[in-house]
Amino acid sequence: MVHWSAEEKQLITSVWSKVNVEECGAEALARLLIVYPWTQRFFDNFGNLSSPTAIVGNPKVRAHGKKVLTSFGEAIKNLDNLKATYAKLSELHCEKLHVDPENFRLLGDILIIVLAAHFTKDFSPACQATWQKLVGVVAHALAYKYH
Amino acid sequence: MVLSGNDKTNVKNVFTKIGGHAEDYGTETLERMFTTYPQTKTYFPHFDLTHGSAQVKAHGKKVAGALVEAANHIDDIAGALSKLSDLHAQKLRVDPVNFKLLGHCFLVVVAIHHPTLLTPEVHASLDKFMCAVGNVLTAKYR
Repeated sequence: MVHWSAEEKQLITSVWSKVNVEECGAEALARLLIVYPWTQRFFDNFGNLSSPTAIVGNPKVRAHGKKVLTSFGEAIKNLDNLKATYAKLSELHCEKLHVDPENFRLLGDILIIVLAAHFTKDFSPACQATWQKLVGVVAHALAYKYH
Repeated sequence: MVLSGNDKTNVKNVFTKIGGHAEDYGTETLERMFTTYPQTKTYFPHFDLTHGSAQVKAHGKKVAGALVEAANHIDDIAGALSKLSDLHAQKLRVDPVNFKLLGHCFLVVVAIHHPTLLTPEVHASLDKFMCAVGNVLTAKYR
């Protein structure tokens, strides 16, 4: 089980309280698809992903980004119980979606960059370290049920 | 992985905008890397790694200088960083995985100081550039 200090929990919740989940989720997913274009392989049914402009404006990308980050919010509410919280999602990503867990790490790093651009100087080194830890454990929990 | 004409333009533009801040960004990149990925500190047992360290500042300046050099010779990064590539292969032998960590922290620093500059396209170009630099520095490892 992952240990979270009081300071880490504070850094997580104070950042999260200021995040617009819909905007941030949409941006993170769009950037994933733009910066690492091979990740588009999971989204054949999303329509037009032919250019960065198309991706950013794509309503399915926006909607799915919001869904993903909303789920992230669940993780934050259950920091002491992440594996259980994500057990079903993990099975889904393995058995139905067939997503290489490396993609969770890629998305996590993209999210960090989106947060950095949003919070600028408030995104201190300690804040970044805490959030890197968080995206890391979320990625781990999502990969946990893979077989 | 190849840098397109657009990538090169984007990267050169970023470094132009960064200008004289490059050294500070180099230092901040290292500080964030050491804080976020403590295993990277193992390459610097001889350094004072506390906040504000003069050694980290000097090293940040070196790292930034190399990135600027690579951007200024973006058509031949391997040529521009050839000596650094030798150094990393023969003496420093930093595990290749760590260049990704440094590259990521550099992107975070750029995002913090120039959020509007880092559009998705520029983000992609800069990420590719940092990968290219890492590849050059590890090219002679074996």
